[in-house]
Amino acid sequence: MVASGKAQPKPSKVTKKNIVRGYLFLAPNLLGFICFTLIPVVAAFALAFTDWNAFGAPHFVGLENFKTMFGDANFKASFWNNMKYTLLYVPGTIILALLFALALNKKIVAKGAFRVIYFLPYITSMVAVSMIWRMLYNGTYGPINAALKSLGFTNVPNWLADPKWAMYAIIIMCIWKNYGYYMVIFLAGLTGVDVTLYEAAQLDGANAWQKFWNVTFPQLSPTTFFVTITCIISSFKVFDAINVMTEGGPGRSTYVLVYTIYTEAFRNYRFGYASSVALVLFSMILLVTLIQWRGQKKWVEYM
Amino acid sequence: MNLHINYKTSKIIGKIFLYLVIVAGALTSLLPFLWMLSGSLKLDNELYEWPIRWIPEICRWSNFSEVLDTIPFLTYLFNTTKLSVIITFLQVVTCCLAAYAFSKIPFPGRDKLFVLYLATMMIPFQVTMIPQYIIMGKLGLRNTHLAIILIQAFSPFGVFLLRQAFVGIPNELSEAARIDGCKELGILLRVIVPLCKASIATLVTFTFTFVWNDYLGPMIYLNKEELRTIQIGIKSFQTTNGVEYTLILAATVMSLAPLIIVYLCCQRYFIESATMSGVKG
Repeated sequence: MVASGKAQPKPSKVTKKNIVRGYLFLAPNLLGFICFTLIPVVAAFALAFTDWNAFGAPHFVGLENFKTMFGDANFKASFWNNMKYTLLYVPGTIILALLFALALNKKIVAKGAFRVIYFLPYITSMVAVSMIWRMLYNGTYGPINAALKSLGFTNVPNWLADPKWAMYAIIIMCIWKNYGYYMVIFLAGLTGVDVTLYEAAQLDGANAWQKFWNVTFPQLSPTTFFVTITCIISSFKVFDAINVMTEGGPGRSTYVLVYTIYTEAFRNYRFGYASSVALVLFSMILLVTLIQWRGQKKWVEYM
Repeated sequence: MNLHINYKTSKIIGKIFLYLVIVAGALTSLLPFLWMLSGSLKLDNELYEWPIRWIPEICRWSNFSEVLDTIPFLTYLFNTTKLSVIITFLQVVTCCLAAYAFSKIPFPGRDKLFVLYLATMMIPFQVTMIPQYIIMGKLGLRNTHLAIILIQAFSPFGVFLLRQAFVGIPNELSEAARIDGCKELGILLRVIVPLCKASIATLVTFTFTFVWNDYLGPMIYLNKEELRTIQIGIKSFQTTNGVEYTLILAATVMSLAPLIIVYLCCQRYFIESATMSGVKG
């Protein structure tokens, strides 16, 4: 969100005509925005403090929903599972993305083709990909376990059918699907690294690791920061893979926040309660966004 | 001399290692898709053979026609295409107009309004989906494609993306056209749009892919068979009792093929769109 700082010559005078013109141009989007984004946003906050269940009128219940939440095993499970997902998915994705971006940034034959391949899983639908991986993960016959067994592992996990492993299985698949996207962003960031700094480091006799740690990494820090924030926010919203692969199970082992919001709202019709869980999700995203806004100032100056 | 050779060999070993890593990564990205493709041509009892027979003994092309006989896949395809095209079109038109107002027509309150757009940009669909569902119920639009269109056609993200591009175009250009007697719409279409093709292409790719792959939105609104999109169509096919795995794989092949073909033809736009929405985001 970098606003253009450059002063431009003033366009034509602010007139009544401009107001009419301005709103005419805005109207199609603004109307849709007000009806289907702005009003729902306000309503979402209001709903969170009611007991509306789609039948009958909503009553204001204050913080009742939030009290219920702390006693709700589904909510608690989904919150902690979401944390687990974020803590493993984010570093896993970023490290892989950075490693492969560094590798592809070298002089490589068919660099473009590799980039296309790495990016491919990202553009495919999560539903289709989850359906394929569900079969790959099959505990008894699946090719993943068959491969592990032929490598000599005897005690292979039952992946999606095992409450201890289901979340890891989903995390692995989501990393596989998405790291190519972040790799492409890192690659774009790497083109901005000042080449003369490498030459200077070369003269100082720096080895490859020193060059990475003292030149590439600091120069890349705005990109890394952006990628981390985006990745964290997207990890809070994980849903498609879970709904297709496990539906929250086995037990509650893969319940996540959006899954709880979805089931409470559209299966149990507890609109009020579901909205209050959505508000928790929103607060988490807001917190990360605020960190981003603070950090961005710092990083932009740094650049 | 010796040192020089050592340096050279270590360089070569490094290069080999680098290629090994890159090829291994690429294979990992591709193998699940290749497994799907080969599985979609097999019989159910051949699917889990180990070691994997990548090219089936007999290719069962009939799997695909069997899928077409079991589920109305062409209806799903039509619905998905329809939604993707309409939403993308509306996004581009309304976002271009709004971004023009936000960048080239100064009027009081404009910037405050833009801040409002920015503020809602970070609020995810998962937070607004419940009130939206209630509103759509009041409007009698549940189980219609119109509900999905109305929800997705006016995103603040599109306005933000295009405004950033439009702001970068010097006001002298639009002013000159204005003095030449160009109407505002003419300035937008003849001056601004041609200069911002890259950003518009980004918005098109981004929106089209998003709508094509969207799962949560259609799942909430579209419960009737004839309204279903590809994503919810194949998901419900998966959960049908007693369906053969290889038929499910054939259905996923059919669901992925259109977008993958578009991607391979226009990969530049997809990757640029990721970079642009990423770096500028």
